[in-house]
Parts: sequence; structure tokens; C-alpha cells
Amino acid sequence: MTMTERATKSHRHGAEPADFVFDAESDASIDNILKKYPPDRQASAVLPLLDLAQRQMKRQTGSAWVPRVAMDVIAARLGMPPIRVYEVATFYFMFNTKPVGKWHLQVCTTTPCWLRGSDAVVETCKRATGIHHFGETSADGLFTMTEVECLGACVNAPILQVNDDFYEDVDAATTEKLLDALRRDAPPPPGSMIGRRTSAPEGGPITLTTLDFAPGSVPRGGE
Amino acid sequence: MAKVTVDGIEVEVPNGASVLQAAELAGKEIPRFCYHDRLSVAGNCRMCLVEVEKSPKPVASCAFPVADGMVVKTDSPMVRQARRGVMEFLLINHPLDCPICDQGGECDLQDQSMGYGMDHSRYRESKRAVKDKNLGPLVKTVMTRCIQCTRCVRFASEIAGVPELGATARGENMEIGTYVEHALSSELSGNLIDICPVGALTSKPYAFIARSWELKKTDGIDVLDAVGCNIRIDARGPEVLRILPRLNEDVNEEWLGDKSRFAVDGLKRRRLDRPWVRKGGKLVEASWREAFIAIAGQISGRDPARIGAIAGDLCDAESMLALKDLMAALGSSNLDCRQDGAQLDATRRDFYLFNTTIAGIEDADAILIIGANPRREAPVLNARIRKRWLAGPVSIAAIGAPAELTYPVAWLGNSPQMLAELRRGNLPFSGVLREAKRPMVILGQGALRRPEGGSVLAAAWALAAECGALNADWHGFNVLHNAAARVGALDLGFLPGTGGKDVRGMMRGGVDLLWLLGADEIDMARIGADTFVVYQGHHGDRGAARADVILPGAAYTEKSGTYVNTEGRVQRGEFAVFPPGEAREDWRILRAFAETLGHRLPYDDLTALRQRLAAVAPVFGRVDELPRRGAVDLAPPAGDPDALGTEPFVPAVMNYYQTDSISRASPTMAACTATYYPSVAEAAE
Repeated sequence: MTMTERATKSHRHGAEPADFVFDAESDASIDNILKKYPPDRQASAVLPLLDLAQRQMKRQTGSAWVPRVAMDVIAARLGMPPIRVYEVATFYFMFNTKPVGKWHLQVCTTTPCWLRGSDAVVETCKRATGIHHFGETSADGLFTMTEVECLGACVNAPILQVNDDFYEDVDAATTEKLLDALRRDAPPPPGSMIGRRTSAPEGGPITLTTLDFAPGSVPRGGE
Repeated sequence: MAKVTVDGIEVEVPNGASVLQAAELAGKEIPRFCYHDRLSVAGNCRMCLVEVEKSPKPVASCAFPVADGMVVKTDSPMVRQARRGVMEFLLINHPLDCPICDQGGECDLQDQSMGYGMDHSRYRESKRAVKDKNLGPLVKTVMTRCIQCTRCVRFASEIAGVPELGATARGENMEIGTYVEHALSSELSGNLIDICPVGALTSKPYAFIARSWELKKTDGIDVLDAVGCNIRIDARGPEVLRILPRLNEDVNEEWLGDKSRFAVDGLKRRRLDRPWVRKGGKLVEASWREAFIAIAGQISGRDPARIGAIAGDLCDAESMLALKDLMAALGSSNLDCRQDGAQLDATRRDFYLFNTTIAGIEDADAILIIGANPRREAPVLNARIRKRWLAGPVSIAAIGAPAELTYPVAWLGNSPQMLAELRRGNLPFSGVLREAKRPMVILGQGALRRPEGGSVLAAAWALAAECGALNADWHGFNVLHNAAARVGALDLGFLPGTGGKDVRGMMRGGVDLLWLLGADEIDMARIGADTFVVYQGHHGDRGAARADVILPGAAYTEKSGTYVNTEGRVQRGEFAVFPPGEAREDWRILRAFAETLGHRLPYDDLTALRQRLAAVAPVFGRVDELPRRGAVDLAPPAGDPDALGTEPFVPAVMNYYQTDSISRASPTMAACTATYYPSVAEAAE
């Protein structure tokens, strides 16, 4: 039977666009990406291409997600069965298979963040945006909150990732402030929200403060 | 080779074999869910854990390669403990619905939980539930039961060649499905049911019908295509409830096409269960005696040259021989078995056989398909071509109407002229064929059922000869048949004798009395209006509608019959259930009728009839044997290889699901037609 004869039902996700075409900007990067893989291993490019599609959707619609038609386009481009692309796209939670708001709030709730107060961050996000549960988009379409696993920045826990940027050392108050800024379309610079430099100790160095690093000097014993 | 000791038994296995294979060689059974010998190794169910000396942890034997001197324990306390742990995890989310599960009684999980399961669960949380998927009219899903072995995913992409199933999402949310809901577009989808180790994928038409232990199992041969798949007929009382494949490495391995498996409900519908005689233009019920008298009255005193017989596509060799003997006794030589008018040359066996054999496909290195769509005409054979393609580089090209096959095919064009072009060396594929060591030409019925089919046959033979496909140890000329009865009929010589008429000659008043033995595929409107038609068969299909006398016969599950598949392999199916009502085995009907005319056919029982079969054609004496053959005699078939036409080939099978009287009577096959060929289904309404 042909593909057209197959009993196909429309996809369960509501906002599915009718079609998807890579724009010129994406196309330019695709050529570069594909060059990295041998001709018979083009399927390896599925992750970067999904990412490209998600970014293009962000550019075009303001919502960073990968519609099913985009996955089909990628499958055709890479010569792989569409289901293999669906598998990859649904496996990684970094790919959104449903539309998300303008600001995608990704709260880490894995143990270190949870111990450092991620519950308060979640509660604040809920209260400030009117979202009731993970995966929901706020009524104004600005925010989508999802729960994510460890973001790998535990030293600055808790972490709230907004789109591509990490906001670190957040608590209820800083989250509130951050959300206000996002609403005003004025995101603060990413990083620690308490002025910490990368993952240096809070309030400045607390060890090795008395060492004399002058050439020839002999380190002294612990004080 | 590596020497491995399994539970104290020393075995030698090839390097690269898995520990599981070594254990099997030593006769140790290893429980498994995800591992299947015909699929790639996934290693994700962990049920096959064994202990390997010097390894601190149990290892998954299906994915662990052997090493020389390895010592394996398959039944140590560590192994049992590990498997119990795996089983407990598998059962955490598996529902306890065995009493209402169709897999119950033949379920791998049920069986193995007897060995490794606990009598209670330590899990107090809610079980996960998964939404069922709609995979079409054949495969029923209860996805909550799925243990995610991914056998179905691997079967669909590897064997069936339709990579539509996958595992989406991850962790506890992982689901097996198509993501975008649609019916599986495979003619082999029924095998998913066999391959699923639990009750996640079961048969939709067979749902809640019977338990496996209630069924009487009979070995049979499938007749719905010409591959001759080995089947197991499962019956309860007088009803055939399901058909499953039976292992035969040379024919169907362990697969079966969907039509052969699911057309079984057609055996209960539109059956002819008593004789009928046409009186005053209407068919009325009659007794056997009345029916025989009505036919005998038509035969007596009639010129034998005005009597003809046509054998259908589902007939067993025994009944065709009995009909042939009857016609000989009457003095008629108007016999034919080629309902579709295929221009076959029956003077030598290798002109009409699939000479390479089905298993031989795996040795071919170039394949040319002419006027055939193996996927629709013989899905199991098509799977073998795909297996060959997966195994390593092979060039496959085809002449005919482009179709979606399950492997890449170079479509050369849809014209017989392409054969001439290939022979002249004008196409790149000519070179491929010439350079190939074991090239194969597969000629379909679509290329033969045309006025100049004989020329196509001769041209294909000539091409095979020219490209070195015919030599002492390789026979690369193949005819792919669609009718299970065809090769047997050709072997028996169920063809026009000297001065006899063929199917075309018997049409339009060419004969006055026409005996149709299960022949439903001819255009009944072409039979002359004054021709007296006797239809002997099992279904009230096209032939019965035109008949003046109907003699109710037995379907393939209701008689012990001999069939010859497209390779020329003689196989015997056994009797599973009785034919309905007054219907009888076909050869008995013919013998009884001959007796009423005063012609005693020289056999009283099946043994004597089969002795006569072997006497008429010695191949019938060698059941289940099929030696691989080379081409001995290179003399070409009759046709003129240069008289090729230009008309494109027309596919022989348009709708895979409805090709014969049984599948046309099957509601399941009608549902498949509506799902997979909506245009065909609409046209039929």
C-alpha cells in the first residue's frame, strides 16, 4: 500500500502546523552540520537538526518546539524512517514536542536543587504565572513551566533554566524578580542571582586567603 | 572455534557466538524475552542472566560473546537470584490480568514467572497504565501489558521492512507505538502477535475466542499464495479458529503472511454445504444423487470434445488427478489450470519453477524482478529477498509498475522492451547481471498473463542464460506463481491434451459442459450462455453463482491434500476438521461421480490415489524433499524471445487481502481491504 492509502489520523497535538520548511538561516547551518558525518552516517545529524528546527520555530512563531511535520522533514533530509526521529525527539526532554510559552521555565528538582529549596522556586513560579502543574503554559502564553532532571550545576543549586540560560542560586524572592523582568521583556544577565562569581564561595573566598604566592616563599602550615 | 563449559558440559562454538547460543548447544534452556534468534540482539530484558566464572556480576548471555575456556553456570544460586530480581521488576508494572488475557496459556511471561516469580508482590504503589494503540484491523494492543522487549520494533524494521514502530519517550513514560497513529502497513504484521512474549500484541479477530489448550492442532499447508507456507491449523470442534505458522527453514522460516493467517474466518462463511441444481433458472437444494443424475444426463451421448474442465487455484493435487482421470475416461482432452491465461511452458519443470529455491535467494548476488510485486504476491518470499538485502550488498532491479517493496529497487521501466534492452547490454544493470556470480531472474505472473507472455518467458530465460544464471550448480531462472495449485497441476499435466482446448477455447460456447474445480478467477460472463456449468468447490463465489449444478467440496483445512509450491516442493497438509454439512473431500466426489457413469477410477483410498499420483508424476513420490538444483538442460522454452510487445505489465495482484474465494468471504480481509486499499473497497461497493 502506498503512504497515502494508509489510514492516517491527524496528530494528537492540537497546534500542529500544516507544514515545515527549513528557512535560509537553518539551511546554511545544515550544510555545515552534515559535513561532520560520513555519507552513510547522516542519521547522526538528527540531534543538531532537531535543535535547529526548534530554534527556527522560536524565531518564526516565538515558541521553541518541534512539530511533527518538522520531524518528518528531518527524517526525509537524513534518509531515516520518521519513527526513528520521533523516538529521539521524545527521548530528550530538551526537545519540546508541544508548543511552549515565550519563556520556558525549566526548574531542576533533582536532589541537590531540592535540598537547596527548589520547592520554593516551583511554588513561586506557580503563583506568579498562574500555572497549576508542570508542563502547563500560562494563560497569557508567556510562560511554560517544566520539571527537569539535573542540569549539572549543582554547586549553584537551585537552578532555574529559562530558555537557554541558567539562573543560579535562585530562591522565592529572586525568582519573583526574575519573572517580573521576563514579563517586561528585560531578562537579567544569566548566572548567579546572588552575585556569586561562578561557583566561588558566597561572600568571597574563605580558604587560602593568607597564602603568599611570591616566588621562593615556602607555604606555611595550616592556621 | 571456542571451547566453552556450560554447567560442566563442554561445547565448541564459533568465535563471536553468544553465551546464550553456547548454552543452547549444551542443551540448557535460557529464559528470555527480548532475544529472538532472527532479530538483532537488544539485551534489554535481562532475563537471560547467567554466571560466568571470574565475572563478579551475572552477565546477559544473549549479548555476551564467548571466549575460549569460558566456564558458564546457568543454574547457580546467583543466577536464580538474579533472574528472580529481573522477574520482580518486570512484574512491577505488568497487570495481573492473565484470566482475561488472550496470551494466557501460551505466554512467555506467565511461563517464566512460574519458574522465577514470587507468589506475592512487594510493590504497593499504583501500576502504570499505557494507552492502547490502534495498529489496524489485525493486531490488537493492550499496551499496559508491554514489557518493552522491543521485539516488535525490531521485527517491523528488520524482517517486515516497515520501520513504523518505535519506543517513544523515556523511563516510565516509554511507550511502544507508531507515534502518529496509523495501521501498520505490512503484510507480515500478524507475526508481531507470535513474536510478542506477553499479551501486549494479540490477534484482533481471535480476541476472546478460545484458550490455547482447548485447540486441536493439525499440521497444514497454506494455499492462499504459492509459497506453500507451513501452517498449524488450530481447531475446536468443527471450527478452525486460527492459523499459525509452523517452522520450515527452507520455506517460511517462522513467518506467515496476514492473508494466510487471518482469512481463516472466511472458512465459515458463504460455504457450500449441500448440492444444488438449477431448475427453471433458479438453484434449488438437491441431494447428491439428484446432482449426479443431472450432470450424467448432460454428459451421456455428448461429444467428448464438447466437455471441458478447469482447475482452480486452491486445488490439491489429488482432486486434480481425479478430475483429469475422469476427463480421460470420458475421452475429453479439454483441460486447463491456467485461469489467468498465463503463457507457461510446461514441457520442462524448470521452465515454470522457482528454481533457485526460496532459501537459495540468500545466495544470490543480483536479482531482477520482472512483472511481479513479491510483496503482494508472496510476502514471505519477499521477506527472504529483504533478508538477502540486509545480509550484504546485492543489486536488485525490477521491470514493472513501480511499487513500495521492502528493499531498495532500481526500477528499469514498465515495458517488456526493457528485457530486450537488458539483453543488448544497453542498461547499466546489464553489466551488473553479467558480472554477478549468482544472478537471479524472478518472473511474475503479471509478465506471463498476456498474449505474448510466451515471448517474455523466452526472453527472460535467454537473459538468464546470457548472464550466466544457468550453470551446473546455480539455477537463476525463477517463475513466481500466485496460485497454490498451479505447479501441482502443471506437474500432473492438467493442460489441454492433443487437440484440446485451453481456458480461452472453452469460453464463449467452446464447450457444452464445463466442470469448474474450484475455479473462481475466470470471468464467468465469458462462459457461453448455453454451456452447462458444474461447479465443484467450497465457497459460494463467482463459479457457484454461474453454476447449473453445485457439488460441495472441502476447503484446504478439511482434507488431506498434496500441494506443490512455486519452488516445486511437494508438501502435504493434513485434515483438521470435517467439511460442513454434506460437503465431501473433492477426490471422493469425483470418484463417486465417475462410478455413476460406469467409469471406475483406479483408486479406492487416499493411499492408492497417492500411488497413482507418484506414477503420473514421480515428483509426488518425494514429499518435503527439494534438492537444490543447477541448470542441466539449457535448451530454451518455446516462445520467440524477440517478439516482445510494448504494453506495460499489469500487476497480477491488485489487492493482497482478497485474491481467492476464501479471502473474499472473510470479514477480516474485507476490513483490511477497507483500511489498506480504500479505493478498492469503495469500487466494490
